[in-house]
Amino acid sequence: MADEPLVLGIETSCDETGVGIVRGTTLLADAIASSVDEHARFGGVVPEVASRAHLEAMVPTVERALKEAGVSARDLDGIAVTAGPGLAGALLVGVSAAKAYAYALGKPLYGVNHLASHICVDQLEHGPLPEPTMALLVSGGHSSLLLAPDITADVRPLGATIDDAAGEAFDKIARVLQLGFPGGPVIDRLAREGDPAAIAFPRGLTGPRDAPYDFSFSGLKTSVARWIEARRAAGEDVPVRDVAASFQEAVVDVLTRKAVRACKDEGVDHLMIGGGVAANSRLRALAADRCERAGVRLRVPRPGLCTDNGAMVAALGAEMVARNRPASDWDLSADSSLPVTATHVPGHRHPHDHVHEVGKENLYS
Amino acid sequence: MLLLAVDTATPAVTAALHDGVSVLAAESQVDSRRHGELLLPAVNRVLAEAGLPLGAVTDLVVGVGPGPYTGLRVGLVTAAAFGSTLGVPVHGLCTLDGLAYAAGLDEPFVVATDARRKEVYWARYADSRTRLTEPAVDRPADIAAELAGLPVVGAGGTLYPEAFPDARGPEHQSAAALASLAAGRLAAGDGDAFLPALPLYLRRPDAQVPKNYKVVTPK
Ligand SMILES: [Zn+2]
Repeated sequence: MADEPLVLGIETSCDETGVGIVRGTTLLADAIASSVDEHARFGGVVPEVASRAHLEAMVPTVERALKEAGVSARDLDGIAVTAGPGLAGALLVGVSAAKAYAYALGKPLYGVNHLASHICVDQLEHGPLPEPTMALLVSGGHSSLLLAPDITADVRPLGATIDDAAGEAFDKIARVLQLGFPGGPVIDRLAREGDPAAIAFPRGLTGPRDAPYDFSFSGLKTSVARWIEARRAAGEDVPVRDVAASFQEAVVDVLTRKAVRACKDEGVDHLMIGGGVAANSRLRALAADRCERAGVRLRVPRPGLCTDNGAMVAALGAEMVARNRPASDWDLSADSSLPVTATHVPGHRHPHDHVHEVGKENLYS
Repeated sequence: MLLLAVDTATPAVTAALHDGVSVLAAESQVDSRRHGELLLPAVNRVLAEAGLPLGAVTDLVVGVGPGPYTGLRVGLVTAAAFGSTLGVPVHGLCTLDGLAYAAGLDEPFVVATDARRKEVYWARYADSRTRLTEPAVDRPADIAAELAGLPVVGAGGTLYPEAFPDARGPEHQSAAALASLAAGRLAAGDGDAFLPALPLYLRRPDAQVPKNYKVVTPK
């Protein structure tokens, strides 16, 4: 539909420079420049390296996205950008760029929440989100269970990791096994040839008195490292495939068990899974299995939309426009610890004043 | 000709409009922690003061540093996005050159800005328009002898009086000076004298390659 909002979204919270363009819930372009290779030798994302790469990639990635979408920047209805949470210096590049584009084009600016964007991206794959939506977000930076009655205005945290994010645990175990960085894809691949029941690794926070929706992966990580070290100390070979499969099983078992329980407890019949770890094949398979048995409909976007990208930001921005949410002000700041409950960062003034101020009077008057 | 100049390489967040003859509007705020918040409103105000839309700008001028990285990138990415949207060139200038121009000295001198970590970014000048050395980053005590007797312009001088006894103003960068310098070069057909609009970091990113993972088994 031509009257759905056309929005460009910019994402720079970590190591991917993402620019997406959507019309309503239709994906038109998803351009990405990644600095992951530059971080690999450090074994993790180096903030200054990421920020430098964002600056270099920003304008070319925007230009590529516009070309890919076949739209003119002047036809956009708004510019959305990840305002947080994320790496402060990295976020700042995207926020500054988004402001400049919005100002030069005379379009409203929407500073939006990275986590809410991870949920909203599924609209591009499976259509409008059910309300409420239960979402499990798992990546190298976050592991959260969120209940979203309205993705533009009301996202409630039910639980989160109390130590490491799930993706971080994958990276750390990959390092112990000397498999390189990032750890998720290689562990997923090796685990397919291993036995997930070979080693009984612990399931964190699953006791009857533990917080039902919180996660902990630090104890699991230590337990896996100890197991490997004991083998090495005894001069034995480490069965890498079995370790990978058993470790991965412990992670996805807890994630899916708690997510399905949250759906049941809250009476929600849909579960959305997003974030980089949602690309894990075993997580997807086990979630599908458990959701089916629980009568819960599972929604997982394709792997390319689970990892950080600009399309997810554009998707949430389009929803902000569609629901008439107030735009952000020109003094919008990047907030590295933006709370998940802040779905976006509205301006201080009345929405009509703002629209008037940024009215199309800059470039085309 | 209508130049919009911005610089966020130092604690000053500064923007100015220049029509090729004179500065039409300019402003600076000194706040090293809020470059990202302050720049766009500053641009908006100088345009409003001059009564001109951004679309009337024919050339963008941006200070490329050297400067502490996080703030520096705000001005660079803003100029790059404006340039791409408006379809106008983005001219890079060394941030130290703006301070040198504003100092207006006709004798040899030094410009130094605060590089944090007890260091300064600095360069030598023959006069206010002629830089003699590539910008460098050093500890004041390590260059004090080499620069003895020369006036030192900028906050890098006033911060370290024992190394730089002849510290002079201006202390802070102004986009008005940067715009005036650029307007002079463009009018003289000296467009090749600009730098690419890319950051002068002068330092490698801080990044430790993690050593082998920490053993967790108690000894
Ligand atoms: Zn993410």
